[in-house]
Amino acid sequence: MINILEVAETNQMIEKENLDVRTITLGISLLDCIDSDLERLREKVYQKIYQAAKELVQTGEEISREFGIPIVNKRISVTPIALIGAAACKKPEDFAQIAKTLDQVAEKVGVNFIGGYSALVSKGMTEADRLLIESIPMALSCTERVCSSVNLGSTKTGINMDAVRLMGEIIKQTAEYTKERDSLGCAKLVVFCNAPDDNPFMAGAFHGVTESDRIINVGVSGPGVVKTALSKVRGESFEVLCETIKKTAFKVTRVGQLVAQEASRMLDVPFGIVDLSLAPTPAIGDSVADILCEIGLEYAGAPGTTAALALLNDQVKKGGVMASSYVGGLSGAFIPVSEDQGMIDAVVAGALTLEKLEAMTCVCSVGLDMIAIPGDTKASTISGIIADEMAIGMVNQKTTAVRIIPVIGKGVGETVEFGGLLGYAPIMSVNGFSCEAFINRKGRIPAPIHSFKN
Amino acid sequence: MKRAIITVVGKDTVGIIARVCTYLAQNNINILDISQTIVQGYFNMMMVVDMNQKEKHFGDIVGELHTLGEEIGVMIKCQKEEIFDKMHRI
Repeated sequence: MINILEVAETNQMIEKENLDVRTITLGISLLDCIDSDLERLREKVYQKIYQAAKELVQTGEEISREFGIPIVNKRISVTPIALIGAAACKKPEDFAQIAKTLDQVAEKVGVNFIGGYSALVSKGMTEADRLLIESIPMALSCTERVCSSVNLGSTKTGINMDAVRLMGEIIKQTAEYTKERDSLGCAKLVVFCNAPDDNPFMAGAFHGVTESDRIINVGVSGPGVVKTALSKVRGESFEVLCETIKKTAFKVTRVGQLVAQEASRMLDVPFGIVDLSLAPTPAIGDSVADILCEIGLEYAGAPGTTAALALLNDQVKKGGVMASSYVGGLSGAFIPVSEDQGMIDAVVAGALTLEKLEAMTCVCSVGLDMIAIPGDTKASTISGIIADEMAIGMVNQKTTAVRIIPVIGKGVGETVEFGGLLGYAPIMSVNGFSCEAFINRKGRIPAPIHSFKN
Repeated sequence: MKRAIITVVGKDTVGIIARVCTYLAQNNINILDISQTIVQGYFNMMMVVDMNQKEKHFGDIVGELHTLGEEIGVMIKCQKEEIFDKMHRI
């Protein structure tokens, strides 16, 4: 039988160390809503999502009460809208209408974000893909809850550089469209290489076409728990360090697995995956950067950071894999800047630069995340940053992403406040040398040699 | 068997166990095991209870125990046993 010390340990994690389940994300296929009439399509989409998700928030709250564990977010992901709207949408404004429908139904069922305003263009773009991408600035400025993602490359297909060029401009436009809110639209827009079909985390969640009609995916969290565990083994060997991370990750993930199974049973929706990511929040003590400091760095970004992060990411996976029957999504340590107080401190102290962050993304999930840059950064420079990150993902056969916010009207040294879970960020400097001639080349970068495994 | 873990943490005072047990008896919840310690003047109790015969919704019991805790001046939590089992047992 469980003893008082074990109970106290679990409750200490929840009450003092910010252990929570970050999100229960309900994936819903909209393939059966496809219609050539836009109004009919919107009605079908609304009804399908409403019927599938009307009990999601209530169920999440009930599970939270029964186990005494906070479930921070209840969210929805849907089939990429570029596929769903292809037959009905003839111009970007038509796609933006679908975004409004998604926003309305998300508000109605009470979720804080709905993901899947997406296009998968890793090799080429259809006309519908292009229209959806062009509609993103409009869609994100006229909605509150809609999140958008675009997959620009993969290890199997290479990188679609035409789409990379276009996304540099779209990110700038989105920043302009939402400039009176510190370019907040860009915080809800992410580009990927090797985007997973079952990611429960925003802004990149969408319900892949390989998935069943509905699915429950759960994202756990617990940087604070790992940090506290590591504070008890200061100065010990790498073996002890790694074992401690593994054991802690196991415990954290088991909670996610339990919540996922319970949600699946109560909603009568199949259980998909648990995403093992260590996801920070701006709350004090809920920081991945603080773990890196506990491992032995003065600040995240100091020499040794990439190695420490590689170790952390690997041990989290090793501990988590055994704790869950199905693991998927992004599964690793997230290193967003604005959503992690320790990362913000590192940037302010001058310890962490964009280039170091890029190096860090080679060894963890996901990529350059929630980074504010000067509003006058050129679109081609943003495309260059994206291309670099996509190349890391393509060559290393991993998911990488870019969620970068050119804050209109602000420059290096200023800060930007997004609020809530999105946090605040100091604006980081960007290498100002031009990559325009590179980005202006047409076509795509071929798939790397090691993608040919057949 | 549907089991839950009730934990009571707070400053020690007269009648904590009595009041919690009275509530449980009134709601047909059977106590299977109690362990208790006092650390630095703080009362720390854990009960394993059987919820099979309970008449109320689990969420309501959680809420009422929380309110009872506020009246006594301690923190009372009631959680399904699985969260501890999953975390500490393979």
